[in-house]
Amino acid sequence: MNVQFRPEPSASTSIKTAIADCDIHPARATKDELYPFLAKRWHSHLETYGIQAYHGMMEGPPYPKAQPNAARRDAWPPEGGPQGSSLSFMQKQLLDPYNVALGVLNPLATGQGLRNQDFAGALCAAINDWQIEKWTSKDKRLKGSIVVANEDGVAAAAEIRKRAGDPNFVQVLLLSRNVEPLGQRRYWPVYEAAQEIGLPVGVHAFGFGGNPLTPSGWPSFYIEEMVGHAQCQQTVLASLVLEGVFERYPMLKMVMIEAGFGWAPSLGWRLDKSFERLHSEVPYLKRKPSEYIRDHIWWTTQPMEDPERRDHLFQTIEWIGWDKLLFATDYPHWDFDEPSRVLPPGVSDANREAFYLGNAKKLYGIA
Amino acid sequence: MTRHVIAPVDELPPGTRKFLDIDGRPIAIFNVKGEFFGLLNRCPHQGAALCEGPLIGLAQSSDPGEIEYTKLGEIIRCPWHGWEFDIRTGQSYCDPKRFRARAYPVNVESGSAVVKGPYVAETIAVSVESDYVVVDL
Ligand code: FES
Repeated sequence: MNVQFRPEPSASTSIKTAIADCDIHPARATKDELYPFLAKRWHSHLETYGIQAYHGMMEGPPYPKAQPNAARRDAWPPEGGPQGSSLSFMQKQLLDPYNVALGVLNPLATGQGLRNQDFAGALCAAINDWQIEKWTSKDKRLKGSIVVANEDGVAAAAEIRKRAGDPNFVQVLLLSRNVEPLGQRRYWPVYEAAQEIGLPVGVHAFGFGGNPLTPSGWPSFYIEEMVGHAQCQQTVLASLVLEGVFERYPMLKMVMIEAGFGWAPSLGWRLDKSFERLHSEVPYLKRKPSEYIRDHIWWTTQPMEDPERRDHLFQTIEWIGWDKLLFATDYPHWDFDEPSRVLPPGVSDANREAFYLGNAKKLYGIA
Repeated sequence: MTRHVIAPVDELPPGTRKFLDIDGRPIAIFNVKGEFFGLLNRCPHQGAALCEGPLIGLAQSSDPGEIEYTKLGEIIRCPWHGWEFDIRTGQSYCDPKRFRARAYPVNVESGSAVVKGPYVAETIAVSVESDYVVVDL
């Protein structure tokens, strides 16, 4: 069905206080939009061999998405191109009406997790240049994420260092599904470089490392993939803590993006309990696992937890810390969270401000 | 309650919908196989323009493995999170007790009835010869 009508953003959708949106997905309008940022060699490589990911699909993700491009049906730009590919429409539909003061771009489909590491590196570098050219230089509210060929730690670290001090970028971006759990040594160069240049590392749900989407094999449904993000992020987090990443890189800050946070306390409890008995296996850990989690991890809100009882939500947030949540809409994706509707009443002004803007400004170093 | 004349019937053939603003309220009128329905064009979940979504059917099941696709063309799926609403009643299928889209009664009236009133004609000149889509608000 074609979209027949696109409403002007109405008064009810505009909000007065400025917010940060810590998970926005920019898309390419056309396939060759990256060509200016890619050496000629890679143009013909792309046309001859295509993009080979670790999963076996010829193209696209292993699961269909709920709506075209996994996006809101009202987010097709009027000038054509996929959802999220038009800056002017993003301004009109997201940045202006919702008063977004800081928008963090997390490009997906970037070249992360490709089997050809040189090509992955070239594509990621091109995406980083493209973010500056098409987005962050054109709208100062937007800030980019440095995407890297994550399976090649050395090359990834070089790309991160190349962007040191560039105000167009506010974080390094990884995906949650990789060849191995993210705490393992092959990924350490990423953390070392990120700590060195002073940027947090975001871990966004998705990515395809060639493993089944769940720890017990391939599921049947898209809905299983959606809830599987939380399971995957738990693996990521346990691995980061238990491999000693935060002991090794004590200044490292990480952001768990788009995998929820309601499960964080129980993971912390479980890790702590096992740690009492099994710490001899990981003797380099100086503190309880939950303490690393609470000190080093920030969480984006979309998909915002929505328990039946709001005191359950508040208890969960208290465990995590009101200073660790970062509001996100996930624009233009179909599970977009509307800023004025996600937080139930009963939150103090200070916590509300931190949730919508303050935490993000502090973490990402935006004045 | 005010009765509003929305359009001549000819302008809203089966399979089409019309979006309009009545007294500051965004409304969508649907013609489904010759029957007319009206809904508030705002999703009760998070406020998306509900009626921009596709008209779909409803997958229903009495037992795992048995799936029936019913109510074809009578269910609107929200363009954001995909919640499903019955356009006849506004009933939601994800949480029928708590969520309902506001439904408005829509009728077809003859021109002679419309001209006599009491109706508010939206933007159209009304004549006795035709039939009109009318919504109660
Ligand atoms: S806004 Fe309609 S389903 Fe969420």
